[in-house]
Amino acid sequence: MKHRTFFWFFLPTALAMLLFIFLPIVSVVTQSLFVDHQQVFREVENCDIFGCKNEMMIDNEATEALREAQPLGRFAGLSTYFNRSHLATTEVGQAWSGSQGWGEFLGLLINLPFYKALIFTLTFTFTVTPLLIVLGFVIAIAVNALNQKLKGVVIFFSLLPMIVTPLVGSLILFWMIDSRGIIGNTLQYLFANPDLSLKASTGLTWVMLIVYGVWHAAPFAFVVFYAGLQTLPQDTLESAMIDGATRWQRIRYVVIPHIMPLVTFVALIQLMDNFRVFEPIVGFNAEAHATSLSWIIYNDLGGETRLLSSAATTSVLTIIGVAILLSPVLVRTWRDWNRKV
Amino acid sequence: MLKKLMLAAAMTVAFTAANTTFTSTSALADGHAKCGIENGRVNIIGNEFPAIQTIGTGAKACAAGDVKISANLTKEHKNIQVPGLSGNPAEYTVAIVANSSIVPLMNDDLIRPLDDLIAKHGGNFGKNQQITIGGKVMAIGFMANAQHFVYRKDMLEKAGMEAPKTYEDVLAVAKVMKDKGIAQYPFGGAYSAGWGLAQEFNNMYLGHGGKFFKDGSAMPSINGPEGIATLGMMKKLTAYMNPDFLTMNNNEINAEWKAGNLPMMQMWGSRAGPLLTGEGSAPGVAESTVLSGPLSVAGKGIPATTLWWDGFTIAKNISDADAEASYLAMVNAIDPKIMNDDVATQAVWMIDGYKPTPASAGVFATMKANATPYPMLPYQALLHSALGAELADFLSGKESAEKTLADAEAAYITAAKEKGFIK
Amino acid sequence: MASSVVDNKSPVLRTLSTLFIIVWLIIAAFPFLWTFWGSFKVELDFFSKENWTNAIVGVRTVTETGGPFTGNGYDGAWVQEEFWRAVLNTSIVCFFVVCTSLTIGTLGGYALSRSGFRYAFWLLIIALIFRAMPPITLVAGYLLPFFEWGLWGHLSTTIIVLVAINQPFTLWMLHSFFQKIPKDLDESAMVDGCTSFQAFRYVIIPVMWPGVITTGLFSFLLAYNDFAVTAMLLSKENQTMVPKIASFLGTTQTEGNVMFAVASVVSATAPLFVLVMFFQRQIVSGLTAGAVKG
Repeated sequence: MKHRTFFWFFLPTALAMLLFIFLPIVSVVTQSLFVDHQQVFREVENCDIFGCKNEMMIDNEATEALREAQPLGRFAGLSTYFNRSHLATTEVGQAWSGSQGWGEFLGLLINLPFYKALIFTLTFTFTVTPLLIVLGFVIAIAVNALNQKLKGVVIFFSLLPMIVTPLVGSLILFWMIDSRGIIGNTLQYLFANPDLSLKASTGLTWVMLIVYGVWHAAPFAFVVFYAGLQTLPQDTLESAMIDGATRWQRIRYVVIPHIMPLVTFVALIQLMDNFRVFEPIVGFNAEAHATSLSWIIYNDLGGETRLLSSAATTSVLTIIGVAILLSPVLVRTWRDWNRKV
Repeated sequence: MLKKLMLAAAMTVAFTAANTTFTSTSALADGHAKCGIENGRVNIIGNEFPAIQTIGTGAKACAAGDVKISANLTKEHKNIQVPGLSGNPAEYTVAIVANSSIVPLMNDDLIRPLDDLIAKHGGNFGKNQQITIGGKVMAIGFMANAQHFVYRKDMLEKAGMEAPKTYEDVLAVAKVMKDKGIAQYPFGGAYSAGWGLAQEFNNMYLGHGGKFFKDGSAMPSINGPEGIATLGMMKKLTAYMNPDFLTMNNNEINAEWKAGNLPMMQMWGSRAGPLLTGEGSAPGVAESTVLSGPLSVAGKGIPATTLWWDGFTIAKNISDADAEASYLAMVNAIDPKIMNDDVATQAVWMIDGYKPTPASAGVFATMKANATPYPMLPYQALLHSALGAELADFLSGKESAEKTLADAEAAYITAAKEKGFIK
Repeated sequence: MASSVVDNKSPVLRTLSTLFIIVWLIIAAFPFLWTFWGSFKVELDFFSKENWTNAIVGVRTVTETGGPFTGNGYDGAWVQEEFWRAVLNTSIVCFFVVCTSLTIGTLGGYALSRSGFRYAFWLLIIALIFRAMPPITLVAGYLLPFFEWGLWGHLSTTIIVLVAINQPFTLWMLHSFFQKIPKDLDESAMVDGCTSFQAFRYVIIPVMWPGVITTGLFSFLLAYNDFAVTAMLLSKENQTMVPKIASFLGTTQTEGNVMFAVASVVSATAPLFVLVMFFQRQIVSGLTAGAVKG
């Protein structure tokens, strides 16, 4: 295709992404390099319904000139990236030199908000992604063997976890897993432990979030794989059968290679989505036990705090994290591309 | 099929458009000015609990002719208010705030002094309702709120104990109740990690006589004996709370109460009304619910809670006509004539003609005890947020009180440096 | 057909496979069925602190309403709170999001698949990196400019934002799909004198529907389920279903409103059932033809 034609075909989608994703990224990167001006305070008398007292207030007139001259704030370079709320280089250095062994070092590291969130985020990403791929694949194989008439209903019900999540997750599931809810109660019975509570311990909260993550995303993998199964080359399969391949061998040597590109696709999308895990943490009120990078951003932006530079920095670090995570897949795609060209 | 679908959707759109035109014409038809508003635009942003809904409805009653009044009362108000008042002209002309949420608007200089408007138009509100900051009236308050102690008379009698006045009493009563099997988890508080947990810390810390900041500066001073005693008391209380306490917010505590499982809790006054009417409660719960005042702690006699007000502010970046319209609409919304039996139970109103209902007992007791109002400091929210993120580590037994408080101070200092509060 | 992988299998395997499906269906559908059943109860039963079996038998529902089932949740949501407005808004948003994102997505995806140049690869990679941006940051970034330019609160703004945010995913899916359509098709059309656009219009469009429908389904689900964008960018009167449901919950759950939310969740899921049943064959054949490639 000629450059010119390509340009016109690609223009609308490029414009949409430029305006609504690229420009925000530029502004976020810029924001992460600046911090607010030094505030000037003055003590004033404040009176409310309950009486008067002297309190500190920001003197907006005093900083107005400064704000107008430098609307972005003070240039801070990469210092926000390295402060305690993010990469915490100083604190990590101290932890490294001050700790006796790996265990102590990790203990100190986990105490820093960014690393605490990163550890959960990575654990979540690397357990949920493979599990959901396997589960999705098994469901696809099993559904594929079903009677044609049943398939429609089964597909709908299999899609439910993907469809009705955000609010059901936070409201109904949260109640179901309570120690007096149906799931929590059943688990207590199964493990013969009347004090078992999924919400009270860090370990169980992590397990709960991971199970939820798999449950929520397995339908996506299932739909993609199920579709892939529809295009299995019949002749290869048949010749494999004639050669006396067992069922397992057929799956291993015919089916899996055939849907491998789909596995890559699902892995790509899910690695990214899981790395940005956010909704379940808020939905399950799990922040006491598990935080993620996206949660840190949400917490910084939230309500009265408005730590914009900090949130911007964490966002940039998230993008870098995703890029590192996906780099093996990207290198592979690059090789494929060059082979084709 | 796809074409049919498109057609249907297109028709729906056309229909809605036609519908909207129709409503606006009919609004034009009934034409004359209300509440003394000749023209202007009023748009309100605020929280969504019933009392604020009442205020929103009151303001909307002034809509007539060209005067368009709308309100966005939502849970997301804290995230929307600063950008929503930032444009010029600002999208929202009125922000309904509390003593914590007025701070970001003050910090960014987004609301206007109301002195001129009060001088010109007056209004049916008292001097004490005028929230004055540095000599200028920045907001008009209309309700008060506070977290206070609530207990079940019948369960206390069963335990043979007096109603607690201090947190030490609560521990003693809770122990008896647990031992006698009256309640499995005798105490409830909104200890869910984040804002709620930090607020409970604030309450208890003030009760211990603690100071959040070093005098005249934004440097924190929570890592001291008061802070450690505060965490110690919180830890002791959690022994009598549902083990899921770090996930339980006000809604869950409230539900436990209504189910009849809790004999004692700390709850917001604004939510007391439904606790007394018995709607949605298990039999017998509402009848024996007593709204008590604030508790004190460690023999200091200081109420371990904070006082809150809710009020309205007017945006700075709007035309004077819009500001006048907004002011008049809001003054109409908080006029004593809105008061009726139903409205009276929704909050502790600061409005003339409000007769205290039983539901207001807790908040009035808190005010009478001279509890500290939640500070309107520019950097209070940062400390609140840092505490909310760090305290869970202590309560779940992962680290010591000193370490937790040091972490919270370190997190706060990092944030305060970024905001320019600390050099 | 393709099912021959599992055809003529032993009875043991067949039983195992059926058993697995049953277990999976229970896990997948149980929370929803529970919600459906519970939506006809009162709050104290559905969220019973005494005994979860109350949600099944409805002890309090009987004492409060006189029967084991009540339509109060639905009545409150649809009549009192006018949930139908949110349904209407959701239909508008979904319809335009799907149409716009497929229109610009097919053009872009087609171009990417037919361009042999390096920059096409890099564009795909950049699109992927764009997708890495956490949506919360994006939405928070939009607020100020949207308010300043008076774009905030409108359905159209939300539609464009949803389209843009989902464009990387749409591009990737459609690009891989177009790669599976033989290049000879449009190239021979161009040899016959068609312009690129004519070749696309007359040769590609007729054969692209299966892949487009699948991609459309994912766009649809995104628009239908989105909370992050719609909750922050829509004004009260333009609210779609999901933020409306969230507003029933609120920070201070007013009595009874929780059950409005439960009833609305059920109501919001019902149309999807019809949709999936109707499109399930197309969805599958679409993905097949697309055979999305990583």
